[in-house]
Amino acid sequence: MNRIDQLFGNKPKEVLNIYFTAGFPHHGDTLTVLQALQDGGADMAEIGMPFSDPLADGPVIQDSSTRAIKNGMRISVLFEQLKGFREKIHIPVVLMGYINPVLQYGVENFLRSCQETGVDGLILPDLPMDEYETEYKPLFEKYGQHLIFLVTPETSEARIRKIDSLSRGFVYAVSSSSTTGKDKDMKLQEDYFRKLRDMKLQNPVLVGFGIRDKATFQTACQYSNGAIIGSAFVKAIENSTNLQETVQAFVRNIKQ
Amino acid sequence: MDIAINTSQSRYHVNEKGYYGNFGGAYIPEMLYPNVEELRENYLKIMREPAFQEEFEQLLKDYVGRPSPLYFASRLSEKYNTKIYLKREDLNHTGAHKVNNTIGQILLAKRLGKKRIIAETGAGQHGVATATVCALMGLECIVYMGSIDIQRQAPNVARMKMLGATVVPATSGSQTLKDATNEAIRDWINNPVDTHYIIGSVVGPHPYPDMVARFQSVISEEIRKQLLEKTGKALPGYVIACVGGGSNAAGAFFHFTDDESVQLIAVEAAGKGVHSGFSAATSQLGRPGVIHASKTLLMQTDDGQIVEPHSISAGLDYPGVGPLHAHLYESGRGKFLNATDDEALAAAYELSLLEGIIPALESAHALAKLKDLQLKPDDVTVVCLSGRGDKDLETYIKHLK
Repeated sequence: MNRIDQLFGNKPKEVLNIYFTAGFPHHGDTLTVLQALQDGGADMAEIGMPFSDPLADGPVIQDSSTRAIKNGMRISVLFEQLKGFREKIHIPVVLMGYINPVLQYGVENFLRSCQETGVDGLILPDLPMDEYETEYKPLFEKYGQHLIFLVTPETSEARIRKIDSLSRGFVYAVSSSSTTGKDKDMKLQEDYFRKLRDMKLQNPVLVGFGIRDKATFQTACQYSNGAIIGSAFVKAIENSTNLQETVQAFVRNIKQ
Repeated sequence: MDIAINTSQSRYHVNEKGYYGNFGGAYIPEMLYPNVEELRENYLKIMREPAFQEEFEQLLKDYVGRPSPLYFASRLSEKYNTKIYLKREDLNHTGAHKVNNTIGQILLAKRLGKKRIIAETGAGQHGVATATVCALMGLECIVYMGSIDIQRQAPNVARMKMLGATVVPATSGSQTLKDATNEAIRDWINNPVDTHYIIGSVVGPHPYPDMVARFQSVISEEIRKQLLEKTGKALPGYVIACVGGGSNAAGAFFHFTDDESVQLIAVEAAGKGVHSGFSAATSQLGRPGVIHASKTLLMQTDDGQIVEPHSISAGLDYPGVGPLHAHLYESGRGKFLNATDDEALAAAYELSLLEGIIPALESAHALAKLKDLQLKPDDVTVVCLSGRGDKDLETYIKHLK
């Protein structure tokens, strides 16, 4: 059974998923951050595969991506680093990234490497739903990889239904019409969260974008199965001198 | 006006899924879906409205100054012992072909009820053309421009400001055109309802490449008529245009793609040499991939990071190429040549001295290939003179020997 499904099977509320960029702040930090996230009590981790032109992300994640690329991070290096990580890490891990580097690596090669290392799912925001459905769905299933789609406040109800029917693992609800790292008033988004909750989707829902602290996390959790923190976490660790401590403290501040 | 003719039967035009052969599509994050979908659903409908076409034509005529002349360049023709015509897009208001597209898109934005216009710009030509039509229509205008380009193109920054636009520096990544495009896309994500994004070239997600090509297609529509009047034949032997993203080439080729006797010559910027590491010759250096939400040829590292190109001409300094051009290249319908910085400079001086026309550096790349085509005395060649060279004077003066 996929670890994401296991997680939501056991614990449907207040799931904390934390995003970080692979190879950031330093080349060799990927596993350190992942271990510290698990030790601190994060329920899931989302590892960003850095891309030179991350359209859906704001400046914090773009800067971390630029730095990670300079540090030598690339998909093949990430899979090298992830080799054997399942000996220590049991929380679900998804990879997030843009479609071009995946296309260059080769979609099937990529999915095979995900399965071999123990990755559970993928978030590829610029892979169109139609193309996934007509070209790639059987491959994702063959290698046991869940593809997680995004919905936004502007997504129509019919399209949300369609997205829910194609998504596996969870649906990623973007909290507002924005790039990552924008502070928007969470209260304003409550109508949208309520709508999503009342639609009773087949997938669990995690809210992302604009979640940055305990308060925003809890607001999001009132209407969903949990939330994703990205930019705020990346910012918190960028100048850390003790990653273990910084990461764990960050997670505890949210979860306690 | 043929901007909205049904072209789906042509294998060189976009299909109903937004593809040109293997290229095109809309690789957009969900946050952009409603914006792009609204445009996709409406662009042809609006372009087919008689009132829209009438307003578009009127503005092209009275405001832009169309039709732009097709000029027989007799001294240039004499030099190459052939017949060369220049399509004078440099004589348009704002000095380049870019305004054909911004006029079309601003009329479309108004009909979609948009209040705020955003655009990206490299050299500033598209930014100026966008600021111009926003002033004309009284709409708010925000132009994203790489902070390095802002320094390099100070006169155009001043023009945009005088026209009432806000110029926002793109400080991310390489701080040039591709990053300005990223920032404009991000703005659109953050302002999905009231904002229209005027993309300046035949790039970006479907329907942009097709929409921009249709607005620019007035170039080849006029060439056919003018050539018929002047020579008795509507079809030239060659049409030559420079390609960065490829909007002037798309416009110059549009009504000739199905006439296979017409050779379509696209000229890319080779910079300091195709394999020098300082080049923007995408068809030679690129591989299929996704840039700015479109599947096309792009310059990238082997692990799929987009590479920063080089050209002396800021308008050709783009690591991708429109999906239409990727298809023309792959299918062999278009012939892709390239010109170095030095060849372009020499061609600019040649045209200035032989014809009294100072071309834009971009257009000079197209002119630079006249010497390589082995044109015969009876061959008729049309070069799209996409813009005038005033903006490039500083570069020209620097290289004046």
